[in-house]
Amino acid sequence: MEQENIISKIKESGLSGRSGSGFPVASKWEAVKKEKAKKKYLVCNASEGELDTFKDYFILKNYSQKVIQGMKIAMETLSLSKGYIYLNANYFEELYDDLKSAIGKENIVIVKKKGGYIGGEETAVISVIEKGFPEPRSRPPFPAEKGLWGFPTLLHNVETFYFVAKIKEKNYRKTRFYSIWGDVSNRGVYELSENSTIRDVLGKTGNTPSFDYFLQAGGGGGGTIMLPDEIDIPFEGIASVIVYRQSKTDPYFLMKKWVNFLLEGNCDKCTPCREGLYRIMEMIERKDFKEIDEMFFVMEKTSLCPLGRVAVKPFQSLLEKIILQKHGNNH
Amino acid sequence: MEIIINEKKFKASPGETILEVAEKNGIKIPTLCHHPDVTIKESCRLCVVETKEGFLPACSTKVKEGMEIKTDTLETKSLRKTNLELLFSQHQEECFDCIWNQNCRMLDLAREYEVEINRFQDRKDHYPVYRFGSSLEFDSTKCIDCRNCIEVCQNQGVGFLEVRGRGHLMEILPSKKRDKDCIYCGQCILHCPAGAFEAVGEFEKIEDPFQKKDKTVVFQIAPAVRASIGEEFGLPYSASIMGKLVAALKELGGDKVFDVPVGADFTTVEEAKELLERIEKDNLPLFTSCCPAWVSFVEFYYPEFIPRLTSVRSPHIILGGLTKTIFARQKGISPEDVYVVSVMPCVAKKEEIEKEELQIEGVKPVDYVMTTREVGRLFKRHRLDFEKIKEEEIDHPFGEASSAGVAYGTSGGVMQSAIFNLTGQKPEFKEVKEGVREAKVRYREKELKLAVVHGLLNAKEVLEEMKENPRKYDYVEVMACHGGCIGGGGQPVPSCKKVIEERKKALCKASGKKEDFKPGENPGVKKVYAELLNSKEEISKLCHTSYKKRGKSPINKNK
Repeated sequence: MEQENIISKIKESGLSGRSGSGFPVASKWEAVKKEKAKKKYLVCNASEGELDTFKDYFILKNYSQKVIQGMKIAMETLSLSKGYIYLNANYFEELYDDLKSAIGKENIVIVKKKGGYIGGEETAVISVIEKGFPEPRSRPPFPAEKGLWGFPTLLHNVETFYFVAKIKEKNYRKTRFYSIWGDVSNRGVYELSENSTIRDVLGKTGNTPSFDYFLQAGGGGGGTIMLPDEIDIPFEGIASVIVYRQSKTDPYFLMKKWVNFLLEGNCDKCTPCREGLYRIMEMIERKDFKEIDEMFFVMEKTSLCPLGRVAVKPFQSLLEKIILQKHGNNH
Repeated sequence: MEIIINEKKFKASPGETILEVAEKNGIKIPTLCHHPDVTIKESCRLCVVETKEGFLPACSTKVKEGMEIKTDTLETKSLRKTNLELLFSQHQEECFDCIWNQNCRMLDLAREYEVEINRFQDRKDHYPVYRFGSSLEFDSTKCIDCRNCIEVCQNQGVGFLEVRGRGHLMEILPSKKRDKDCIYCGQCILHCPAGAFEAVGEFEKIEDPFQKKDKTVVFQIAPAVRASIGEEFGLPYSASIMGKLVAALKELGGDKVFDVPVGADFTTVEEAKELLERIEKDNLPLFTSCCPAWVSFVEFYYPEFIPRLTSVRSPHIILGGLTKTIFARQKGISPEDVYVVSVMPCVAKKEEIEKEELQIEGVKPVDYVMTTREVGRLFKRHRLDFEKIKEEEIDHPFGEASSAGVAYGTSGGVMQSAIFNLTGQKPEFKEVKEGVREAKVRYREKELKLAVVHGLLNAKEVLEEMKENPRKYDYVEVMACHGGCIGGGGQPVPSCKKVIEERKKALCKASGKKEDFKPGENPGVKKVYAELLNSKEEISKLCHTSYKKRGKSPINKNK
């Protein structure tokens, strides 16, 4: 009874995954519940690999008890035998002791993240916990069917567990955490209504720019570039926004930063992402974008995992909205 | 279930991949990183097909009821073309010196998809070429990062090849760790779709044996070669090709061509003797040592098992020794004037012949090892029409081999021969798992526990078990490559389990044509023992060797 109860409460709440995928949380729980297996596992993904994004750090730093509570609820509800917290290596030293004491006697283990950005992709997370390489594999099967060591595995982002705990204590107010960075007065993480538009988030936190700007929403590596007249919509993907002042930002430098981040952070397994990014890097250096659409196309359509497929978004949007606007198609 | 490919309905079973269903029905989908014997890498992204869920790799995507698949749309074509161009951008072409020359999948696809091979500048042109011992070369300027080599190296229980670095600095390279070394099996060669691995001298040196005008050049042909050389010329596996091979080698300047299975009969006789001795002295278990990659593996990774290796030399080393002594004497020439070339399915043999322990009074029993692939290439270079060439008899200075001698080319052959020679029995082996077979045979009062193993990961498991339980087996045959020598690293490409199975059948057929007597009763063998191998010293000099613990070999790196 109690079991059904929490799942239906989550369903009623409409809580969706906070990793950026937006997948309904209750559906994942039901999928794991449905599977018949000797063992089932739980993973809390605290890899937070996006550039200039740190909302998971903020939650773990301030509300580790709540996160562990959320994990505990999942473990009890779905009879999961063991839990793992897959923790960003940069947070490890600072947060380990605190997390350890929050875990107490629960059967939850902390595992240090391996690899770059890709090390946070869910199938790569599973591979690392299994002591493999930080490399993704194709889905399906999804972790809920075949996750750790082939057993059904419930995998959520840190923030998702936090709100599961809130739902259980009837304290969920349809909010989410927003990470704000860049050329703003009040950088930080803020809890606001989950449907807030980007403009609202900037406004309510006292961060509305008074200069010409563009921003990046959805993460400093995979987020889309948006112009001031495009921001009256809620966030897609990760609730992260970075503000760039037009007069101070060199778009080529920005693209170089992304491409280096992605080349460092991808797994180098599939041709389009490994080689496509390398050629994009060359094109940025030469400031010659005649063939870049073809690279975008092949990455978006044939990359093995979501990283390669979404990696093109910031480049594509920056080129279209900023660079080509200013310099025309000759570049 | 039913699926739809290119608007036609096809039957499919749950669990099958799109690629499997397509191949079964003659629908071509291009692949490159795909090799039937390794895990699906889904990395080259050439096999993408269009579905309602987007573009999916055919190699790894399982079919679903009613799935609609398009394998050949304008978009798939253009995506494949770009991915091919990207693959070529990390692959420095060296087509004339490539083991895939004439059947290169990359080039075939380049033609099919109208690829601009040099569209992008080669990204890896400054990458190094590594040489491992006297056997293998890895040209990392050709590597397309599919990692099949890493997997097969791990599947050999070796793990000498590693990935280092990230992004465009990522590369595949030999391990610097002190406890990792190459054992020269050459499986990396067979599983690399880009031809980045090759045998040492595979292109530059194959003419060398024919330049020895002042010497008597003797070729000797390993059992497994007769089961595979025809592949180089598109001949059926069942083709009888020994006579053609002999004729072709002579045409190019070989003076004599001998048969390594004759040497195998000597190995059998000696190994059966050693087995008997060890049974009597209760000094078991005994391991075979014909496979030089296996010997390398023991010498480097498991030196504590060196005393368990039979001291008997491998067949081509014994035959080479006999050639340089008896044959040379008969011809009235000095051993230094005989140049022995072994034609082998193996690249580890290139390393083996350099071993000092094998020298007979300062002379190497075998001067050169040429692989099946190299011989094939040599004939093609000289435009020999292999199909038309008139067969010639192989030379038999030491008599003909027994059927057991020919069987050496496949996993189990050495063990069967030695046991047959000692006990007169041919035990039935039962497969315990892929690559491990067991049997028991009664001899005198004793029951001997036998195991036949191929694949070094299997061997490693057996060794680990035998550390705990030293008498788990009494006698173990190990071959490094799948299926034994027929699956060797010197064999033609493509090579996979299916092809190896065909070679096995061909070899059984060839073996079946030979006399089925005990190798020890082979008249030719008996004659040599009576005339030359009639003292312990002579036998030890020509038929036995020793092993030593081996440290990590230096990795030769150029560029």
